[in-house]
Amino acid sequence: MEKIKKTKRHVYWNPYFGGFLLGLLIIVTFYLSGRGLGASGALKSGVVTIVDTVAPNHAETNGYYSQFLKDNESPMNNWLVFEALGVILGAFLSGALTGRIKWRVQHSPKITSKKRLVFALIGGILFGFGAQIARGCTSGAALSGMAVLATGGFITMLAIFGTGYLAAYFFRKNWI
Amino acid sequence: MGPLIPNGLIPTEWNFIIALIIGFFFGFILEASGFSSSRKLMGVFYGYDFAVLKVFFTAAAVSVIGLYYMDYLNWLDISKLYVHPTYLWAAIIGGVIMGIGFLAGGFCPGTSLTAVAIGKIDGIVYTIGLMLGIFIFSEFFPIIEPFFLKSYLGHITLADSFGISPYWIIFIFTIIAVVAFYFADIIRNRVKKVFY
Repeated sequence: MEKIKKTKRHVYWNPYFGGFLLGLLIIVTFYLSGRGLGASGALKSGVVTIVDTVAPNHAETNGYYSQFLKDNESPMNNWLVFEALGVILGAFLSGALTGRIKWRVQHSPKITSKKRLVFALIGGILFGFGAQIARGCTSGAALSGMAVLATGGFITMLAIFGTGYLAAYFFRKNWI
Repeated sequence: MGPLIPNGLIPTEWNFIIALIIGFFFGFILEASGFSSSRKLMGVFYGYDFAVLKVFFTAAAVSVIGLYYMDYLNWLDISKLYVHPTYLWAAIIGGVIMGIGFLAGGFCPGTSLTAVAIGKIDGIVYTIGLMLGIFIFSEFFPIIEPFFLKSYLGHITLADSFGISPYWIIFIFTIIAVVAFYFADIIRNRVKKVFY
């Protein structure tokens, strides 16, 4: 039993199968809601909520936060927040079924956990910042944009992956 | 005819339950495809694992073919779907910054949530970073705003940009995807395996 669990841990779906199901899910999402999938929007709602709780005056006068504030309604009361909660639940179930749930820092044996976490923080800051400029991340701008042939979605996708290939050389020690 | 919620065929009270269920499948598919592992995701940039390319392009091709086919069958009004607006320079510069963040952090926002769900501490730190990045953007918004609103081209599609039928674009995109899958496998066989 233990052996089965250990081998299953590294077995993932065939990528074409996963991609096909994800494509169907995008179709269903557009068919029901008229919009695509998203991920970074939920975190934005989280940030707006925190700032609005800590410094409500500041949130109301700031030109960005104020766009997402409504009277008598929490910014957490939002489609994308519920979708993100669903993402966490679904991923948890998939991880539980395959024995992948464990507290750990995943990194290349060539670097320390500490270095991995420092780079994870820097990477997160950059990605969060960039996703606001482009008005969406890999899910909301690139993938959902491409599903309806949005020009901006294709441009953002090419910019993310094109830069990724250019930057790969400088980060190679972190990954290979 | 779809989309159902904007056309008032599903009461809006169901909104959040539907969002939760859609998110559930999204998270399950991403995790089961291995996207909770930063080292698997990064394989696409070093040639040792092309799961990102295959999942991403298969999903894009399936969804765009399906949506346009449903429009053709009159099951769905494609003009009512939300088309991500194109702000040319914001899309490029935002994408460039995200690309560097992707390589440094090993995740994108959706995949980092799946990593959080299975207890990856690097995923948790990355997600905190995302929120800090959003916070920094918001605080500097007055300075960034002129650039943020510049070069607006509207809610345009590639069919508008190139002035040809969307069906041709979908056809060409699908061919590009299949060719990319073919070369991805050739590259992967030549690159040293990485175990993670």
